[in-house]
Amino acid sequence: MQSDRLHHASVEGMERFFYDFPKGEERSMTKLTYPRDYSLTGRDSRYAEEHHLVSAQWYQAPIPRKRMKELMQRSNGPAIRDTIIWFAAFAITGGLAAWFWPSLWSIPFFLAYGVLYGSSSDSRWHECSHGTAFKTPWMNDVIYHLACFMIMREPTVWRWSHTRHHTDTLVVGRDPEIAVMRPTVVLKVISMFFAIPQVWGAIKSLLLHASGRVTEAEATFIPESERAKVYITARIWLVIHLAVIAYAVSIGSILPMLLVGPLPTMYGAWVHVLTGLTQHAGMPEDVLDHRLNCRTVYMNPVLRFIYWNMNYHVEHHMFPMVPYHQLPKLHEEMKPYCPAPYPSTWAAYAEIIPAVIRQIREPGWFVQRQLPAVAPAKAAE
Amino acid sequence: MAQWIEACGKDDIDEEDVMRFDHGGKTYAIYRSPDDKFYATDGLCTHEKIHLADGLVMDNIIECPKHNGRFDYRTGEAKGAPVCINLKTYPVKVDGGKVLIDVG
Repeated sequence: MQSDRLHHASVEGMERFFYDFPKGEERSMTKLTYPRDYSLTGRDSRYAEEHHLVSAQWYQAPIPRKRMKELMQRSNGPAIRDTIIWFAAFAITGGLAAWFWPSLWSIPFFLAYGVLYGSSSDSRWHECSHGTAFKTPWMNDVIYHLACFMIMREPTVWRWSHTRHHTDTLVVGRDPEIAVMRPTVVLKVISMFFAIPQVWGAIKSLLLHASGRVTEAEATFIPESERAKVYITARIWLVIHLAVIAYAVSIGSILPMLLVGPLPTMYGAWVHVLTGLTQHAGMPEDVLDHRLNCRTVYMNPVLRFIYWNMNYHVEHHMFPMVPYHQLPKLHEEMKPYCPAPYPSTWAAYAEIIPAVIRQIREPGWFVQRQLPAVAPAKAAE
Repeated sequence: MAQWIEACGKDDIDEEDVMRFDHGGKTYAIYRSPDDKFYATDGLCTHEKIHLADGLVMDNIIECPKHNGRFDYRTGEAKGAPVCINLKTYPVKVDGGKVLIDVG
């Protein structure tokens, strides 16, 4: 029924998608103005609810059920292979970094180790949170918790925030994972490449949760029944971080802190921010079509290993049950229904950088994707 | 009181699969397990009302297509976040090649 309401309209010369309301249905008194209120309990949260943007039906490409079943099938093989390579890469880069420490020769190994620690953990956290990386649930759980610790995302909090991100992708006031808010704060975006706001936020969050509390925003997406897990995990993590610091002090070397804790999360963050910003930066908010607010970008094999194929981001959002190793095949199936993919990371950034710069002064502006004529914007039935 | 309704033919569902069945303004999910038994539950995920028939059946588990919440479709038991509320289940019988569920 909602699909009948979705239509285009021109707002200040820009194409927007929104829902019209049947005659007689009361119109919202909440008005959409810039800057938007990105909090989960504020004006734009009410706007989203009043405008049927919450838990709405989203467009889905009509892939036959039989093919979807094939693509959704789980397998341990690819993720076990990748995880063995991952652990080996940790051992080699971390081992050589420690071996050469404190000489300058350790720097390249720390750089590589940092990317593994602070960036590849992003995709492992993500895939295992969906439970799709491995077929065996406990394997997903083990890597999930390990990757969460590396990237400093508390497992229970982020499991629920990511659930909301998938329900209400880029819906202002609902999605807790909007990376680049408008108007763009350039310094904040730059500092994200060093995980400064992320780690600062994580430390504050750990302290709050260890004291047995959640924020007002978190209370909107973490059920009561899950909060005990939040508190106990925060306390355990704080103990681990303090133990690493104590050990570093006791041996009179910063080396342990360069290998475990917030420092590698920060000096290794840049790749996951580089890849992660291609997902949604500059794209329209409050649309119910992942083809309009996500990017699929062709990336090289090294980035795809680090990123676990999340460059196929339209595909992932539309069908989150498809494991990362099946996304290239899903991409082929979805091609007729999607905008053209970006041919490279460079091509994506050729769009993203001007877009976010423009959004400093024009926060209402956004990138518009051209949908194929065979599959115009339309919510799923 | 039992109210048996014909939901589908036995062969309409592949082994280890699920299909949607709508009746009386409600939606149900009908499952065929790997050992060729049939089960029925409410058709919508208890988390965010997504149709489970679009999800994936793995052994005795149905996984919701939106947030990957998992249920044991034999008992309706929610197997962990983000699903916290069990699914309602319904008695099923197969009679003359037809799958019937008790919606009473």
